[in-house]
Amino acid sequence: MVKQGQCMAELQIGMSAVVVEICTDSGLRRRLQDMGLIKGTVVTCVGRSPLGDPSAYRIRRTVVALRKEDTRWIKIKPLKEEFNWEK
Amino acid sequence: MGKVVALAGNPNVGKSTLFNELTGLKQHTGNWTGKTVESARGSYTYEGCRYEIVDLPGCYSLLSHSEEEEIARDYICFRQPDIVVVVCDATCLERSLCLALQVLEVAERVVVCVNLMDEAEKKKIYVRLNQLSEELGVPTVGITAREGRGLKGLFQIIQKLESENIGKRNAVTYPPVIERAIERLEPAVRWELGEEIDTHWICARLLDADNGLLKALENFTNKSFEQGDRIWEALADVKRELEEDGYTEELVEDTIAETFVRRSEEICGRVIQIGKENYDRRDRILDGIFASRLTGIPVMLLLLFLIFWLTICGANVPSQFLMKSFAKLEEILLTGAVNTGVPKSIYEPVIFGMYHVTSWVVAVMLPPMSIFFPLFTLLEDFGYLSRAAYNLDRCFQSCRACGKQALTMCMGFGCNAAGVTGCRIIDSPRERLIAVITNSFVPCNGRFPTILAMISLFIVGTDEGILSSFLSAVVLAGVIVLGIGVTLLVSAGLSRTILKGMPSSFALELPPYRMPQIGKVLIRSVFDRTLFVLGRAVVSAAPAGLLIWILANSSVGEISILEYCAQFLDPFARLMGLDGVILLAFILGLPANEIVLPIAAMLYLSKGTLMNLGEGVRLWEILVQNGWTASTAVSTILFSLMHWPCATTCQTIYKETKSMKWTLISILVPAVTGIVFCMGFTGLVHLCTKIIYL
Repeated sequence: MVKQGQCMAELQIGMSAVVVEICTDSGLRRRLQDMGLIKGTVVTCVGRSPLGDPSAYRIRRTVVALRKEDTRWIKIKPLKEEFNWEK
Repeated sequence: MGKVVALAGNPNVGKSTLFNELTGLKQHTGNWTGKTVESARGSYTYEGCRYEIVDLPGCYSLLSHSEEEEIARDYICFRQPDIVVVVCDATCLERSLCLALQVLEVAERVVVCVNLMDEAEKKKIYVRLNQLSEELGVPTVGITAREGRGLKGLFQIIQKLESENIGKRNAVTYPPVIERAIERLEPAVRWELGEEIDTHWICARLLDADNGLLKALENFTNKSFEQGDRIWEALADVKRELEEDGYTEELVEDTIAETFVRRSEEICGRVIQIGKENYDRRDRILDGIFASRLTGIPVMLLLLFLIFWLTICGANVPSQFLMKSFAKLEEILLTGAVNTGVPKSIYEPVIFGMYHVTSWVVAVMLPPMSIFFPLFTLLEDFGYLSRAAYNLDRCFQSCRACGKQALTMCMGFGCNAAGVTGCRIIDSPRERLIAVITNSFVPCNGRFPTILAMISLFIVGTDEGILSSFLSAVVLAGVIVLGIGVTLLVSAGLSRTILKGMPSSFALELPPYRMPQIGKVLIRSVFDRTLFVLGRAVVSAAPAGLLIWILANSSVGEISILEYCAQFLDPFARLMGLDGVILLAFILGLPANEIVLPIAAMLYLSKGTLMNLGEGVRLWEILVQNGWTASTAVSTILFSLMHWPCATTCQTIYKETKSMKWTLISILVPAVTGIVFCMGFTGLVHLCTKIIYL
């Protein structure tokens, strides 16, 4: 099980992290690879939808919405806060 | 026959825009992922040379297993177009390049075409095209397809490329383990397939556990590859060896996919220069309005309401004007026919049948459509639709469906058949079927006027004024919200019964907001969509009007066949709060929903209660004289929102699902839901009146 604070689903809005491991099923992993999300990619959480799920992530200069159910299987290592112009 | 130029690229990078600019065709474009699901064809002439342009469906990679991606892959690989143009997005080149690299691996003559140069410039993202060309070993060109900039340059390159002799180039090199495995596999593949296809590529795909590819190969070579064949044996051997080295099938897949991503990352690191770090600040601020926790849903409802309000306000006057003009014209036609001695048996069906229904459809449909469509297209171009799907996804998720269903519903507003085709953007077959079955809960533009007419005639009243149009819009938005609610309810029901399953993974792109090109949108909606849809409606309305008038006015014995049918349906229809005539009109409206109300009016008229058509009988009078009340109108609205899809949509459903069973279910589910809702509502009304009288 992924530890608290270390999966992509728990990334706070405005925070960035490096993907450490993707433990999802192969179908989703393919989709994520298509989006350029692989081990070592930097992701930034840029928003949450009105009902709390899905969240929007910036991945390689595009924004992709992913569901919590899917992102909780992606292990990350948080980066220190870089810039956050929303606050 | 000209040279074939195929356009490939990620979804929403402007392939269709480029295609339209080149061919002058009107492939529908929109700022969201998955717009083009079928490959369109057109032609373009450059300096006397004719090129056939093929717009392939957008895809992220040639490795994946979705339908669009297979179409694109098979086309590029097996149909071997003369030239492949890979359209990339300058604002997110890294991702676009992954596909470009994969195309380079298999196609010979490739041009990498970097679109959206203007947008990138605005965001201070600079692409060094020359260096990109060097890195990839193919010509590159920067364009802005929306404005038609750079197209000449693109074709200059294409023309030059045609005559050049292209050697092999290595777009990517896999890690040594994979390259070794490919080397081991290649002899067997070459033995079976010869030199016709790039064997290195085929081997890489075979290692990639791509079973769809084997099928495509079988079609291509007319051979069948079965267990025990050379290829199979070699593949099994290589896979076993890889596994011994610790490379499971999964790891091999990942390694191959990651090779492309890393190579593209590497190239972009060299060719892209970013001027400012917060290049997407504006998009995020807009997301704060359109997709945030606080404002997302209210703004969505407000937009829905606003579109309806503008439509109703704007449509009222021209609609009335058209009605009056058509009525006047009818008088002139009628007197003309009588005076010139045209026999009654000819002018009556033509004028009272054909002309009447057609003019009604035009007067009622044209004004709202020519307002609603452009407004909706503006939102679409702006990039709002994906945000709506994003806002609503949680609801679909709890119904175990896909959030992209919201996008297919938006398409359903225009036409349910288009909505059903659009369901291809949903990857999971289970979720796609749910979206197909429930698509007709969104009223298409054929049903829209019926609902609108009911609202203004019976619920809000027809006074012209801000207040009544405001109320109409509120009620209409309410009807749509009800439709969305029923969609969710039925989706949840299907997910727990005949389409059992858990939601699959979901990845929805939120494209950058784009300023819609208002002028273009207006022209496009009026000429392409409005006139097209109207043409379709008229084509079905005219013959239907004629046929039904004849049926309604030719009697066997005492009463006409249609009246007999209406009487037969009446007891059942009464339970639903309707009457036999309107239910019959719904059934006869199967070819096109637009004609339901005029058919009903004609059926009432043929009963002989009112015949002075020449003076422009108002629909309301006809209906009230036949016992309509507000509750009948509500039942009609409910049933209009929820009944069987029109014939075209049914046909499309059959085409998409290739199954009679699912087509039937798609007809039955909304029909039964509608009947249940109507009966429930009518029961409630009866109960309430009883209580009041007690």
